[in-house]
Amino acid sequence: MIRVLFFARLREQLGVGELELSVTDAGNTVDELRQRLQAKGEEWSRALGADNLLCAVNQHQARGSETIASGDEVAFYPPVTGG
Amino acid sequence: MPEVSIQTEDFDPGVLHRELMAGNTISGACATFIGCVRGGDNSVLAMELEHYPGMTENSIQAIIEEARSRWDLHAIRVIHRVGKLLPGENIVYVGVASGHRGEAFLACEFIMDYLKTQAPFWKKESTPEGARWVDARDSDEEAAARWQPQ
Repeated sequence: MIRVLFFARLREQLGVGELELSVTDAGNTVDELRQRLQAKGEEWSRALGADNLLCAVNQHQARGSETIASGDEVAFYPPVTGG
Repeated sequence: MPEVSIQTEDFDPGVLHRELMAGNTISGACATFIGCVRGGDNSVLAMELEHYPGMTENSIQAIIEEARSRWDLHAIRVIHRVGKLLPGENIVYVGVASGHRGEAFLACEFIMDYLKTQAPFWKKESTPEGARWVDARDSDEEAAARWQPQ
């Protein structure tokens, strides 16, 4: 399984903070996962289509081309605004 | 003493300073930065801070290690609050002790500039018109970019 997390504005837009997907459903890379999530509906397509969205794999910032595997934690989130 | 703490509770800068300098006889300088919720004319009633547990601590620790590789630093502490905060309340504390003031000032500013652009925190403001997520600012990216090799 792959654990997928959403934070902040994105979490509110999707109405969910976390979900689990089988490796088959998730795809092989971050970009594939994002595309498959976008296919879940109009709001998913719009929210996950934002240009400035960031991603982390196992809590390290990652590019879309990064491969994902069973047991991974993948997070999508807007640009950060701490401090 | 952990170097990084994420917490809902407030912090006491006096206590943190004593902890940072306890037993430390080699540091000639200690620079601290405290960030607070800005109220005033921007009509912010409260701020809600969300973070990514685990990644937040690790990313700040990585920023600290990067600072240590650039300057000779003797003690470092970073505390960031999460949850609901009111105008005037403390958000973040950065304390750096080193031999001389120059590197203490630089390291303190470096850690804050990187924290603002790298550490996964998100602010949501409550205003009389409703709640809104704070947008990332280009000026913060530019401040962090100053530290990149030219």
